[in-house]
Order: sequence, then structure tokens, then C-alpha cells
Amino acid sequence: MKWGVVTFPGSLDDRDAAWALGLLGQEVVQLWHKDRGLKGVDCVVLPGGFSYGDYLRCGAMARFAPVMESVARFAHEGGLVLGICNGFQILCEARLLPGALTRNAGLAFVCEPVWVRVDNPACRLTRLTTAGQLLRLPIKHGEGRYVAPAEQLREMKQRGQVVLRYAAGDGQLTSAANPNGSIDWIAGVANETFNVFGLMPHPEHAVEEALGGRDGATLLRSLATS
Amino acid sequence: MRVKVFITPKAGILDPQGKAVEHALAALGFTGVASVRVGKYLELELATASAGEAARTASTMCEQLLANTLIEDYRVEVEGA
Repeated sequence: MKWGVVTFPGSLDDRDAAWALGLLGQEVVQLWHKDRGLKGVDCVVLPGGFSYGDYLRCGAMARFAPVMESVARFAHEGGLVLGICNGFQILCEARLLPGALTRNAGLAFVCEPVWVRVDNPACRLTRLTTAGQLLRLPIKHGEGRYVAPAEQLREMKQRGQVVLRYAAGDGQLTSAANPNGSIDWIAGVANETFNVFGLMPHPEHAVEEALGGRDGATLLRSLATS
Repeated sequence: MRVKVFITPKAGILDPQGKAVEHALAALGFTGVASVRVGKYLELELATASAGEAARTASTMCEQLLANTLIEDYRVEVEGA
């Protein structure tokens, strides 16, 4: 699969994402925020970081980058899009994913490995996992508290759009296992047509044992073989 | 026209900054602070002489960029209007 990783001013994890995908044998091209096209990629990755300095709101400025016009068109045509951390925030601001990401309930920036539970193993991001499987992934963010209006959240759950949730090591949804106060422990979601995915944890930083585990590779491979 | 824009977290949306300020005020001895909400304040200089047009333009700006209406409310005030 041919992947395109977008670099915005202030992106941090673009090279890491490209490196991780390369490690998994994927073809990767770099996309620039001023690009008007997507170089014929099969999947677009919006990486982590602080695009445009997080001015106004995280992701609010990046949404208007020229490349995002192409990304939105690509997504509406069924193209595969993955937003990680700041990329997730951008996709929510662009209304390509439901909900919004707000300041962590504890106000502090959190940087730690967490357990993430697969709640929908039937989509392209999770097809190599099983329901309830626990993944060890790192998080590092200050604005990761997912919120969505109650009615919308109900519909999302019915459709299986809540793909990943924070959980304790035994899979339970304890308050201690929720690192940022996200509603319903939500860590990752899909759009209605299941071709756009966003998650706060970083799969690209969990692709080698030396980095603390390879569970992130499972998610990236799922997309690569979907 | 000078336009003031106030953006605040929607009622029902947890505002951890507001909570932290509320607790800090209590620690300083300010009793009777029922709640604090922290928002944003923007000043716009718009090239129009019409207060109505300025208000409409600022509202459109809020809908499209300045506020995320999923989680924030906004209020627009045209100076002198």
C-alpha cells in the first residue's frame, strides 16, 4: 500500500510515522501542507504534533491548509485516512470525524503508555485484532479529552464507530484507566463510512520491542492489509 | 467597526481550567465563588460602518473558525452599537 504522511508546520511525528510504516514494508511518500494533490496514495496519515502552534484550538488552523481540501475530497470518495493525536484533532475540526478533543480533565500533559481496548475489531483499523483485545500504546497529549453530544454518541456506538477505548490491564473501564477524562473512555473513533479513523494513542511509536512493544504495528498492518 | 467576541465552553462541557481557577480563588480566601468558566476574548477591527453587518460577519467567523460550536458558545458585541 502507498501511504502519504502530511507535514504541517509544527508536526512532530511525521518522520516517525513514515519510519514506522517503512519498517512494516510499506511505501511512504511525504506530503506537504501546501500540496494540492495526494500523489496517488492509498492512505493519508495526519501525524501528531502541534500544527500551527495549536493556535486558537488544536487542529483549527491545520484544517484550512491547502492539502486538507484534497484530504477532505479523498475521504468523501472513500479514501483511507488515519489521524494520530494532533491528526485526530485536525480531523474532528475538519468535521471528517464526529466530536471534539478538549483539554485533559487533569489539565496536565500526559505522557505514558496506556492500555487500549478494541471495541470494534471489524473495521479496517482493527481487522487483525479481536474484540476486547488489549493493546499497549503510548499517549502524549494535553488536549485528548474526547467529547461528543449525547445523541451523536448513542448513534456512534450503535454503528460501532467507537473503535478503541482506554481500559485497565484487565480490560475494565476504571476511572484510573481514563488518562484524560474522555467521555466513555473513548481513545479512537471511525467515521460513519469507516474509512476515516482518529486515535489519540500513537501506533507509530509502538512498532518495535525496543520501543516498548509492537501493538501499534498490529493497527498499522490492519490498515495496510485492508 | 470594533467587534468583541467572547467564546466560552458550552454549559455541560467540563471546564477543567475554570475548576482549577475556582479552587485557587477558594484557597486565596474568596468565598462564595459559585463557579468559574474560562473562555477566550477576541477583538476584531472590521472594515464596515454598519453595526449590523459587523455583527453578522463576526458571527459567521465564529461559526466557521473562531469557535467550535460543538463545545463552545460565542457572543458578539459591536462596540458603540
